[in-house]
Amino acid sequence: METLGYILQQFINGIQLGSVYALIALGYTMVYGVLRMINFAHGDVFMLGAFFGYYLITRMSLPIYLVFLLAMAGTALVAFIIEKLAYSPLRKKNAPKISLLITAVGVSLFIEYFFSLNALFTPNYIAFPRPFEVEPYDLNLFVITNVHILIFITTLISLSLLYLLIYRTRQGKAMRAVALDAEMAKLVGVDTEKIISLTFMLGGALAGLGGILYAIAYPQINVFMGIMPGIKSFIAAVLGGIGIIHGAVLGGFIIGISEVFVSAFLSSTLRDGFIFLILFVFLIVRPNGIFGKRIEKV
Amino acid sequence: MKLLLELRKEIVFSLLLYMLLKMIFINNLFSDYVEQVILYTIIIVLGSLGLNIIYGYTGQFSLGHAAFYGLGAYFSAFITKSFSIESSLMFIIVVFSGGFFSAFVAYLIGIPILKFKDDFLAIATLGFGILIRNILDNSDRFLETLGGSRGFVGIASLSDLETVFFVSIFLILMSKNIIQSRYGIFWMSIRDDETASSSVGINVSDMKLLAFVYGCFLAGVAGALYAHLYTFLHPSNFDFLKSVDFLVIVIVGGMGNISGTVVAGVFWILIIEGLRIMLPAHILEYRWVIIPIVLIIIMILKPYGLMVRKRAL
Amino acid sequence: MRKILVLVLTFALFSFASAKETVKLGLITPLTGDVKTFGESSRNSFLIAVEEYNKTGKYNIVPIIADDKNDPTEGTNAALKLITQDGVKGIIGPLTSKVAIPVSEIANSKKVPMITGTATNPKVTISDGKRKPYVFRACFIDPYQGKVAAQFALKDLKLKTAAVLYDVGNDYSKGLAEVFKENFSKGGQVVAFESYQKDDVDFSALITKVAAKKPDVIFLPDYYNKVALIAKQLRERGVKSVLMGGDGWDSPELIKIGGKAIVGGYFTNHYSPDRKDPVSEAFLKKYKEKHNAIPDALGVLAYDAAMIYLKALDQAKSSDPSEVMKVLTNLKNFKGVTGTIGFDKNGDAQKSAVILKLEENGAKYVTTVNP
Repeated sequence: METLGYILQQFINGIQLGSVYALIALGYTMVYGVLRMINFAHGDVFMLGAFFGYYLITRMSLPIYLVFLLAMAGTALVAFIIEKLAYSPLRKKNAPKISLLITAVGVSLFIEYFFSLNALFTPNYIAFPRPFEVEPYDLNLFVITNVHILIFITTLISLSLLYLLIYRTRQGKAMRAVALDAEMAKLVGVDTEKIISLTFMLGGALAGLGGILYAIAYPQINVFMGIMPGIKSFIAAVLGGIGIIHGAVLGGFIIGISEVFVSAFLSSTLRDGFIFLILFVFLIVRPNGIFGKRIEKV
Repeated sequence: MKLLLELRKEIVFSLLLYMLLKMIFINNLFSDYVEQVILYTIIIVLGSLGLNIIYGYTGQFSLGHAAFYGLGAYFSAFITKSFSIESSLMFIIVVFSGGFFSAFVAYLIGIPILKFKDDFLAIATLGFGILIRNILDNSDRFLETLGGSRGFVGIASLSDLETVFFVSIFLILMSKNIIQSRYGIFWMSIRDDETASSSVGINVSDMKLLAFVYGCFLAGVAGALYAHLYTFLHPSNFDFLKSVDFLVIVIVGGMGNISGTVVAGVFWILIIEGLRIMLPAHILEYRWVIIPIVLIIIMILKPYGLMVRKRAL
Repeated sequence: MRKILVLVLTFALFSFASAKETVKLGLITPLTGDVKTFGESSRNSFLIAVEEYNKTGKYNIVPIIADDKNDPTEGTNAALKLITQDGVKGIIGPLTSKVAIPVSEIANSKKVPMITGTATNPKVTISDGKRKPYVFRACFIDPYQGKVAAQFALKDLKLKTAAVLYDVGNDYSKGLAEVFKENFSKGGQVVAFESYQKDDVDFSALITKVAAKKPDVIFLPDYYNKVALIAKQLRERGVKSVLMGGDGWDSPELIKIGGKAIVGGYFTNHYSPDRKDPVSEAFLKKYKEKHNAIPDALGVLAYDAAMIYLKALDQAKSSDPSEVMKVLTNLKNFKGVTGTIGFDKNGDAQKSAVILKLEENGAKYVTTVNP
């Protein structure tokens, strides 16, 4: 039963899921890198991406890449607003880390429940209309669909663009500087506020993209859909080394593939529990993640 | 004896409160439903107190408190169901055993994860909470009675005014006593500055673990009382949202402030449940939209929570 | 909401005007959530029943409706409130087994009669082998439904291998899945028996697992929302098996969401609106006038359940719940819309099941199976 084809098929399923997790994880890791905070509301930005996509597809008939871009712009804006309204005031007051965290929790809950109001998105499950027909390509060993391909390619393009941005532009350099040492960066003239906003917007755009891709792959959306993927993507970011970009990407794929494999070879109902087991093991054994530096024992 | 003397004011107050409640209950001044809400309030206050000790006094941010509340609930319900327990005395023993079970699990988990700093502790406890929720959802795989995600039905309704009130008051007063002892001082000192505490000879890791274990013990007892009040358990009652409930009460009441927790808890639950009775369903849905806004505003205006005692610098 | 308020006020006015004693009757149904089409149709049907009864009945019924959101905790909260705060003397519903099971424990311990029109899991009326005297149901139970489905697959469709995918957190889904497996195994082979969780949207791993076994039929005993999602993903992966399910499929949303993927599927149900019967036709006509649609079987069963309670109420010595319970226990030969209903010793109804097939423009009647 465990033929090569079967394993490959599950592997492809895992890469699809992993791509989405990687996109979301990037947002967590970049924000943590720059602000040393966990943006609890990030998973909900992912959800909004899916919903923006839903409204764009059903209300207007636009070519698909425009849908993506508009939704991403929307989520980037949302992320920007969240930062300015909720986190910025606390940072300016030098509030304790915990209050930032609690505020993030508050923002997350607010987004979920506000949009679950019956006047808005409602708490129901909504079928997501794919803007195209699914076509499976039977490659004998396994089946790959145009959805799989769309997700791989879109993720690859986004990652490449992100890399270009971070490693080849001035803004990117400024981001890396702030991540390394915010005080120093300010001293050498970096506008940290702008960089922080930029980071949030980038993370938000990627999460929004992840949201639409996820909804295309698994066409049922719901205002609470961001909770679990958000947490798992965060675990992915931690796995790879929080604050480290390629760590988030690798972590995303590892978590996605593990989740599918647990579902395939053990049981679907154990897969969430397993992911958390991985988290604990990692936090105990290697808290700085795969690409993180070894921690010094205090 | 000295204990009773020190706490005489509180003991008298508690006895008067009990008599008031008893009068109300016996004469059926309120409906069964309201009585249940009153008992539920006491239970939640107890649970929140546990989180206050872990977080408010000792500064360990736990987002998984509901998991320990749930463990106490399921464990005690399993025992009363399996052994067909009916007497109040046995029930109280079972309730405490629920607390001990949670405390035990807290001990096992605490050893590795309490080393983490703020953010990571938050995620680790959140993750643990979800792990427990997942285990409860699958619980019928190993013990059919627990019901898994279909829920645990048919628990004996053993939580009456006497058991809930006296167990809770006893533990609240005992907690007050512990906090006013050197342990409380150690905990608060750790919250303020771990390194400094360690350098004056406080065994930081032991004290942190103690706070965590004791706080989870209280949560477990609260859970056990809850299970036998509500007679039905479902894993979704013990999820992240429930942990947030406890957290909000601790924050609103003020970290490290017992009376604050009590007042906030009463206020919180009575408002939530009271509204449920009075308001038509479609207004209720605004509940969880308003709560986070209030939370965010509190955080922005008063990052240490309301009703915080002014601490000497 | 407003309509209900108006109705309640109207009834309240009536109760002042007439000398009839007022009896409050509760309905617990999923008006929001993943099965809201069932909730809406059952609320509509329930209100029609109350309105009809109030014209000629002995008492003045005040309906009180609660939304359980298809969630057991919400359901139990609603039940507690209805019984202890609002003082209802009877409860119609809940609709789904996973809510009905905990609510039945409460109704039974508080001694308030509860009649569910549609919860099919055996545990609703029986707990640990003991019958709950105050709980009744107006429909068949899953052991019967699953048997009908399995036998249809084996004998009529002549299928040999089956896979079952069910929701582990749902008593209805799990119970029906197990019964199907038990019965199908008697004549065929169950090659996969996999579970998922309610909030899962990604079934790729599960589908790959099941597809590898190439089953003739895939049994999906869940509600229309999930079924549509899974069916789509199955067809996208090139899985060609026949799809079958239970009464949870009975919603126009199933075809709307599932589209081509679900066409050709079969499901068991409580009755077919094509049935020629005066009681049935009278009700369907009334429903159509009011709501411009044909109600689904689950909505219709709410009507039957309500009418059963109301008839028992009239026949009982008083409106006291224990008296009504006595009448209900002996109910036989009640002519309902969905057939003739009589409660057996477990409080379950002995009824026939129908099999429906999904075509592009709706469900079409295939056959009836009698107990």
